[in-house]
Amino acid sequence: MTKLAQWLWALALLGSAWAALTLGALDLPSSCREVLWPLPAYLLVSAGCYALATVGYRVATFHDCEDAARELQSQIQEARADLSRRGMRF
Amino acid sequence: MASKTANRTPPRSRREPAGRPPGRDKYSVLLPTYNERQNLPLIVWLLVKSFSESGIDYEIIIIDDGSPDGTREVAEQLEKIYGSDKILLRPREKKLGLGTAYIHGMKHATGNYIIIMDADLSHHPKFIPEFIRKQKEGNFDIVSGTRYKGNGGVYGWDLKRKLISRGANFVTQILLRPGASDLTGSFRLYRKEVLQKLIEKCVSKGYVFQMEMIVRARQLHYTIGEVPITFVDRVYGESKLGGNEIVSFLKGLLTLFATT
Repeated sequence: MTKLAQWLWALALLGSAWAALTLGALDLPSSCREVLWPLPAYLLVSAGCYALATVGYRVATFHDCEDAARELQSQIQEARADLSRRGMRF
Repeated sequence: MASKTANRTPPRSRREPAGRPPGRDKYSVLLPTYNERQNLPLIVWLLVKSFSESGIDYEIIIIDDGSPDGTREVAEQLEKIYGSDKILLRPREKKLGLGTAYIHGMKHATGNYIIIMDADLSHHPKFIPEFIRKQKEGNFDIVSGTRYKGNGGVYGWDLKRKLISRGANFVTQILLRPGASDLTGSFRLYRKEVLQKLIEKCVSKGYVFQMEMIVRARQLHYTIGEVPITFVDRVYGESKLGGNEIVSFLKGLLTLFATT
């Protein structure tokens, strides 16, 4: 099953369960129904917040490798010297 | 090169490298190049240094796509300096794309493991012995370098670039659940037969090609190990990530989402 198919199945399953329950399939007390009815909207907003927070955190902690850049620069010098010695014409 | 395994056929599990006695692993580095006249000598020098210091058997296959800037001449000089058993020149007439460059390179590879990487110094060969160590540790089919985990990282990216990178990776992880943290990275070690199999199955281009390889690998139940790497962006030359790249990335991602 493709990922798209998996998502569609999951959405169909949860969507129909939600629709059934909010429309009275199991005769739930109205306090339950009141919570259930806006649940998809709440979940969507929470997912959005989670996404923003996660990406924000990961951008903030994205490792900046200054040492790697410095090391590379000095190795480039070393490489050019060694290769010139061995007959490389740049 | 004489093969000592002509008549010996050890019991072969799906995971054992075909035809090579254990302890005699050889690593072929595929370097597709286009206009890398400045970087090529440096990357080759670094590769030779890493491999020699670790006593690893290797070869470097340079696949130049008819670069107009003289990359080929530079490659020929390197072949003279290091020997044609270590530096293999397998050029092509014109720019033909990465997937076909890998196929072309692999035809001439005598190693049982293939390493793919960028020739522009953004990937550092010092990580290759770590890839090899990781591969042996878990008997992985693929080892992928990751910029997003452990002490992996980047140098030379501004906030916008980091945001795009992390955002794209987040969406990719949600949609594809790939089992690898860095999907667009192209610094990887493959068993030769695994790479051959994957290239056969992949249809996309560019960034998405690298993503598709990992996704297909998971489909085929290959194992993937990860090693944190540092990515030093564009020592020479321009970094390119425009609107076009982003759009084609999204198109590719949605295609993979819908078809795998």
